[in-house]
Amino acid sequence: MKEIVIISGKGGTGKTSFAASLAYLGGSDVVVVDCDVDAADMHLLLKPDFAKSEEFFSGELAVIDQEKCIKCGKCKEVCRFDAIPIINNQYIVDPLSCEGCGYCARVCPVNAITNEDLNVGNWYISNTKINNTLVHAKLGIGADNSGKLVAKVKDEAKKIAVSTNKDYIIVDGSPGIGCPVVSSLSGANFVVLVTEPSASGLHDLKRVYELVKKFHIKAGCIINKADINKDKVEEVKSFLKEENIEYIADFPYDIDFTKAMIKGETIVEYDNGNLKNLVVESWNKIKESVK
Amino acid sequence: MKIAIASGKGGTGKTTLSTNLATFLAEKHKVVLADLDVEEPNSGLFIRGNLVHSEDKDKKIPVWEEDKCTLCGICQKVCNFHAVIQLGPQIMVFPELCHGCYACSELCPTNSLPMVSKKMGELKEFKKGNLSFVESRLIIGEEQAVPLIAQTQKYIEHKFFEETIKIFDSPPGTSCPVIEVIKEVDFVILITEPTPFGFHDLKLAIDTVKKLEKDFGVVINRFGVGNNEVVDYCEKENIPILAKIPNKREIAELYSNGEIVYTHVPEMKKELEKLIIYILKLKKDNK
Repeated sequence: MKEIVIISGKGGTGKTSFAASLAYLGGSDVVVVDCDVDAADMHLLLKPDFAKSEEFFSGELAVIDQEKCIKCGKCKEVCRFDAIPIINNQYIVDPLSCEGCGYCARVCPVNAITNEDLNVGNWYISNTKINNTLVHAKLGIGADNSGKLVAKVKDEAKKIAVSTNKDYIIVDGSPGIGCPVVSSLSGANFVVLVTEPSASGLHDLKRVYELVKKFHIKAGCIINKADINKDKVEEVKSFLKEENIEYIADFPYDIDFTKAMIKGETIVEYDNGNLKNLVVESWNKIKESVK
Repeated sequence: MKIAIASGKGGTGKTTLSTNLATFLAEKHKVVLADLDVEEPNSGLFIRGNLVHSEDKDKKIPVWEEDKCTLCGICQKVCNFHAVIQLGPQIMVFPELCHGCYACSELCPTNSLPMVSKKMGELKEFKKGNLSFVESRLIIGEEQAVPLIAQTQKYIEHKFFEETIKIFDSPPGTSCPVIEVIKEVDFVILITEPTPFGFHDLKLAIDTVKKLEKDFGVVINRFGVGNNEVVDYCEKENIPILAKIPNKREIAELYSNGEIVYTHVPEMKKELEKLIIYILKLKKDNK
């Protein structure tokens, strides 16, 4: 079983459109994972049935019992996150600032502080319209710990892939280079970098590839919207060469990507010509590379 | 006056709007633009000013000092993040898991885990006429963006007058890095594109902003592509649409070369003018 992760550094380069298309082509050979847990969009194209849903608890929040509190101020003193302001003469925990380290509870002389487990979101195992399994999640609004939720959905997907003998796991990652991206990279066999030929696209590609290198994972690159800037395409390509990243394909800036999205379809369902061929070719190349 | 430019979905035009709005505003006003997308900061590609200040930003992590340690195990017990582990006769610290709460260090009876500085990123400040530009970039491999964002905001707080207009280019998503930015501001501009992904993630972003009880408005980018869902939704929910940036290939091309757009594209300039009138009125009412 091979795990293929799709990331980009920069947002909006087309990760989800490609990941969903690969999921479509892979059909029942693949388990699909949406690791962009705080802005998950894969379900809009793959139409999952949300068959199994579970809550996800991670991290803690300090809660102060005002009846027990003797207002000594020790909790506020030790808190490095400025999470315990005094409001109306009471020590109150600001849930947005509390990191859940538990230090305050440990120093409270009257045990007035308890730590509550936090429900940070839900995760789901679904059947999609193309009859493969999608493991996905929804992080609660403003919740922390997206990295842990990513690790959870990936873990569940792996179990399913192993127990049902699937060939591939396709992982749609999140933008950036922080904890959710680090979580989505761990254990991967191949990384597909989706970029666009712009100053920002290239800048972010370079940063995210630095991260990929730390994991020693082989990578390939898709250049989306390639006809927007031919010079930048050449810059991207020379970067790929320098770093030994496989060039997979380039795609034109095409309104059909948006039209397909509006119909709730992957590009390989919507298009029957050039775009579909390009995706099929890309999928074959990726499969070859992870052999 | 602090304004965040945010979006649920990535790649909807946060940086394009931030850099163009800040540059345009700076024609007449004092403006600070801060790129708080510390994982992938891009605003600096569009603002080429003179470097006026640069500093390393550190986080504090514990280091184990073997000689005084009695291996009592308190450090491991008090760390909620499994960043301090006792393995046989030694204590191991995992800096990437450490949140810097100081519990292990300060609760150690023999002071065997002093906190030391570890670089997590760099802050730079540039100047170009009326515009000050501050960016921070996270070291690659560091997982936590929040402490660097918080320190950058503190820097801006101390360095600039309150009445200066401050524009914060935010990270994508709806989780902790975005919250860290939005919780500090007076107004949030949510930028989206009129597509199903854009609309879906806009609703998540709106929920986030509402939870933080912030005032906000919407800017639609690539207006004309896609469908009417975003406009219909905003009208129904009484959410102000502050500007509609047209879907033009020319804008994408200028952007791809790291160029400021509004000086070349009159339709974009017109939309920004509307937005600026709105912001200046907000600023006046805010006083």
